[in-house]
Parts: sequence; C-alpha cells; structure tokens
Amino acid sequence: MYGNRFRHNFLTALLLAPATAWLVVFLVLPFIAIAVFSVGERAPEGGYQAAFTFAQYANLPARATAFWNTMVLAPVGALACLLVAYPVAYYLALQAPQRWRLILLALVVIPFWTSLLMRTYAWMYILGGRGIPALLAFVGIEDVRLINTPGAVLLGIVYGYLPLMILPIYVSLERLDRRLLEASADLGATPLSTFLGVTLKLSLPGVMTGFSLVMILLLGEYLIPTLLGGGKVFFIGNALVDLFLQSRNWPFGSAIAITLVLVSVVVLIVANRISTRVSGARRVDLI
Amino acid sequence: MTAVSGIDLSVPPSAFVALLGPSGCGKTTCLRMIGGFEQPSEGPNYHDPQTFENFKKDTGVAVEVNVFGSNEEMLAKLQAGASGWSLFVPTNYTISTYKKLGIIEPLDMAKLPNFDGTQEDPRFTSEGTIDKVIYAVPKNWGTTGFAVNTKKLTKPMTSWKEFWDTAMAEGDSRTMVHDYQLTTIGNALKYYGYSFNSLKQDELAKAEELLLKVKPHLFAVSSDYQPGMRAGDAWMTMCWTNDGAQLHRDIPEIAYVLGKEGGEIWTDFYAIPKDAPNKPAGYALLNYLMNPQVAVKEHLANGAPSTDARVNKLLPKEVLDNPILYPAADLLTPLEFGAAATLTDPGRAELMARFKSA
Repeated sequence: MYGNRFRHNFLTALLLAPATAWLVVFLVLPFIAIAVFSVGERAPEGGYQAAFTFAQYANLPARATAFWNTMVLAPVGALACLLVAYPVAYYLALQAPQRWRLILLALVVIPFWTSLLMRTYAWMYILGGRGIPALLAFVGIEDVRLINTPGAVLLGIVYGYLPLMILPIYVSLERLDRRLLEASADLGATPLSTFLGVTLKLSLPGVMTGFSLVMILLLGEYLIPTLLGGGKVFFIGNALVDLFLQSRNWPFGSAIAITLVLVSVVVLIVANRISTRVSGARRVDLI
Repeated sequence: MTAVSGIDLSVPPSAFVALLGPSGCGKTTCLRMIGGFEQPSEGPNYHDPQTFENFKKDTGVAVEVNVFGSNEEMLAKLQAGASGWSLFVPTNYTISTYKKLGIIEPLDMAKLPNFDGTQEDPRFTSEGTIDKVIYAVPKNWGTTGFAVNTKKLTKPMTSWKEFWDTAMAEGDSRTMVHDYQLTTIGNALKYYGYSFNSLKQDELAKAEELLLKVKPHLFAVSSDYQPGMRAGDAWMTMCWTNDGAQLHRDIPEIAYVLGKEGGEIWTDFYAIPKDAPNKPAGYALLNYLMNPQVAVKEHLANGAPSTDARVNKLLPKEVLDNPILYPAADLLTPLEFGAAATLTDPGRAELMARFKSA
C-alpha cells in the first residue's frame, strides 16, 4: 500500500516535471530577474546597474498616460470583440447545420496559422491608400483616409483576437442542454427572455473566459496600435519597447512590467469573481 | 537610374522561342519584366542582396542581415550581450559610446587591404577614429531632410519651419515624423534655430512644446515612412537621403528638401563587435565591401552617397549630379553630426516618450 502510494506520487511528479520545468525556466526565473532589475538603477550609458531602490516605482506616474490608454483599450477592445464574437459563436453552436459546423469552426481557427504581424501588415495594405481608398477613389470618393485612425486600431484588434473570443463562447454554448431551451419555451417564455434568462446566462462562463483572455493579451498589445494607428497613441507595450530598446532604462521598464503583471492578475481575479457570482458555482478555469 | 533598359521580345505567330542561359542568370526575371509582373529597379534595400550572394559564392560564408529601427535599439541589443553579429552598421554618433562601453574592437587594418584611408573624405569619416585608432570604417553618408509629395502640397518649401507649420495646416493628418529621438527632437529644435543636438533645458522645453502642438495633426510617428508615402496616405515625412532618393526615383513628384536652418548630416560605419562569433568572416566581408567595385553596386542599390573618392569615380554622372545625393555646399554647411551625448541623454529619451504618449 505504502509502496503503491510512493509509486503514484513519483509518477505524478514525473508527469508534472516537464510542465514545472517550463514554468520555472520561462516564467518564474524571468519574473525574478525582472523583479531584481526593477529595484535597480539605470547605468549611465543605459542598461542596468545593481541597487536597491523603489525610485522606479515612484516614477510610474511618468507613464500614467500609457497605463490609462491601455486600461481603456483593453476593455473596449475586448468588448468590441465580444459583440462581434457572440453572434458568430451562437450561430456556430446552435444554428449551423451539423455537417458544416466543423468546417465553419476551422475557418475561425485557420487565420491563427499565420503570424499576427503578417495579417496586420495585410490590413495596412487594405486600409492604406492603395487598398479600399483606391477603390473609393475609383467610384469618385476622393482622399479617404482609413489607416492610422482609432477605427483602424479597433478593427485590427477585433480581427486579431476574434477567434480567442469565439472559441470559449462556442464551447459553453455547445454544452448547453437543449432541453432547457424547450422547457423555457414550454413554460411560456418569449424567445428573448429565453435567450437572456437561459442561453446568455449559461454561456457567461465562456464569455468571461473569452473576455479575460482577450483583455489580458490586450494589456500587452503594442503591435496593432503601432502599425494600424501610426504609433500616435502610446500603450504600456509601447512604453516597454521604448524603455528597453530606445532609452535603455531597464529598471524603469522592469518596474512597469511588474506592475503590468500585477494588474493582469487583479483583472483575472476580478473576472473570476464576477463570473462565479453571476453563474452560480461554476468557475472559470483560466489558470 | 536605369537598372535594365530596352528588353524587347517579338515572337512570330505560331513560333516557339527558347530562352537559354545558366541557372540564376535572370531568364525568369526577364520574362516577368516583359510580362509587366516585375518592375526593373535597383530595389528598395539598404543593401544589394546580390552582394551577399557573391560573397557567399567566393567564400562559402552566408550572410544573415538583421535590421533595426534605430541606433538606440542596436546598442540595447549589444549591451544585452552576445548579439551574434560579426559585422554591424552603427551611425557616427554612437561609435564613441561603443568604444567607451568596450563593445567594439579596434579594427586590424592589415586585414582590410581594400580600405584606403587617403581616399576618404575626413569630413564624413573622422568619427570612426578615436585617439588615432580606427574603430569603424565608413559605409556611406547622407542627410536628414524631409520628403514632400508636391502634387498634394504645392507650396514650395525650404525650411524646417515650413515643415512644422505645414504639418499643422495643409499637411494636417498627412505628415509623418520619425520614431527616433535624435531626428524628431533635433528637427523640432531647428524650428527655433537651436542646435540639432541641444541638451539645454529651455531649448528642449520649446521643442517639446512644438512637438506636443503638432502631435494631434500627425499621420504617424514612425520611421517606416516609405509605404505611407508611396500609397499616398502621407504627403510629407522626415526622411533620410537614401529613402528620399528611392522615393523620388519611383515617384518623381516626391521631392526631397533640406531645411535651410540646418539639421542632420550622418555617416553610417561598419564596425566589428568584441564578442563577434566569427571575426575572420566579419573582416572578410568588411574587406569585400570596401572593394570599390563592390561598393559601387551597394551605393546604386541603396541610393546613399559614398565617402570614398574611388567609388565616386565609378558612380555614373547622373548619380553624382543628383542633388538629393550630393546636395549643394551651402545646404550642407549648416548641417550637424549627431552628438554622442544625445544617444545616452535620459532627458531626450523622456521627452520623446512624453511626445509619443501625449
């Protein structure tokens, strides 16, 4: 009995080892390094110099605009994604003919096989002067500018993150017990109140998963605003790139990175709390 | 500049034609050009890709190229440790910092017989030599001016003052500035006639005020300005010589202007990092690139002027007469080389960040 349990524990440890090693090497160690950097000083020529000071954290307000922009971009972007994704997921899970479902689902996922950078460059071309504006000029609408506008950034975000929003919602709708919908109708509910009271409510865990997934990724986003927004609005991601690569102030960059991680964790916890409360006991298994 | 001229192919009806030649000699390219699928040009690269192909053929060493948005970014990569590069291209104002940080090595001139210092114009090349030791040899030089689409902005412009004023008027939401503190802050300083390299608090404050005022009118803050200019989305942009020459060559209505108040003149150098993984290859490539016959192709490809009298002799007349590449002396005189202090000054870095985040 004892030997069995030992063997069981040993097997568990062995199976978990690759994941643990991955976590330690790629998450824990870099995080510790960044934490150490964040209490250091910028060397005179740039880079890092050992110290123990919280001056970098005290300097965080110098990037208040970047934090503010990101805190607006992340939820607005995630909400825009949600508004587009929900009807798609609804159709895929509840309306689409069975035999089309896999193909349609594949169509949602396939764009992910190409790097986001490439796809964003494609949008640069489509929205740029030789794309849609050229078509518009052809029909007589001159000098339309689409690229480097807030609309272009929102479009890029919705496009880039849509699959991440569709899939969790699809999964939670797919699991939906159809008999509940029938029951709701039998008991005299209108389609709208069935949707609000049953379908939407039961799909909320999926919505929250998708929402927090997209929002956390958007907290670190810098590519789409740079390429489709013309780099005119500064996000935390851009602040980090600048601090590490341009002004080479690694300690300040590290302090911002640590703060960003803490903010992401808070967002996750809040999202978990909300979804647990709204949908009863079901939890969002995100981490 | 013509890369290919006068290809003609007439095929009699119902006849077969065979196009023969060794692999890689350009048969397909010719057919594609005749078919209109490919435009004959020098290519918009900073390097002629053929140069590295030839080098590989001669030495068996393959060349891989990394491109960076700015010198600051390249310094960051070198500071972070082993970059993996055996040869890199820094701009004049960074070399003394590299030397101070001990990340580049003094060049062993015995390994560079193709380089001839007596043929170099010291005006452009002095910053590669520190305390009589050569740390870097020149690749090319150029200026930082601005490019204007003269079909869209018809008023002739000659100064940075006009650049910034136009950005807030006729050029509203069609103007680009570099995502690069040296030039964007430097050229804002020129609006008031201050030094391009100023580190003075009050002058930088004025430049910041101007930048913040212009910010809402900009099309983009980006050093990748060719796509926007070519597509017609942007009508005016800060611009380096080589980009200006390429844009003007392909789209003649795009003019290149040097601010009469001054601005930047620059030289890009070749240097070898201390931790280069393959120094012999680095030297071999550098020596190869210093061969005037090779260098002349590089200059024709990227469009930037040469510092080497031997190369200038080989360049066609229309290149030497091109005022974008070789501007008049009175326009060159007020230009300044970037100062080493601007590279590492935290004040300028923060100013740029405040501008971008505004």
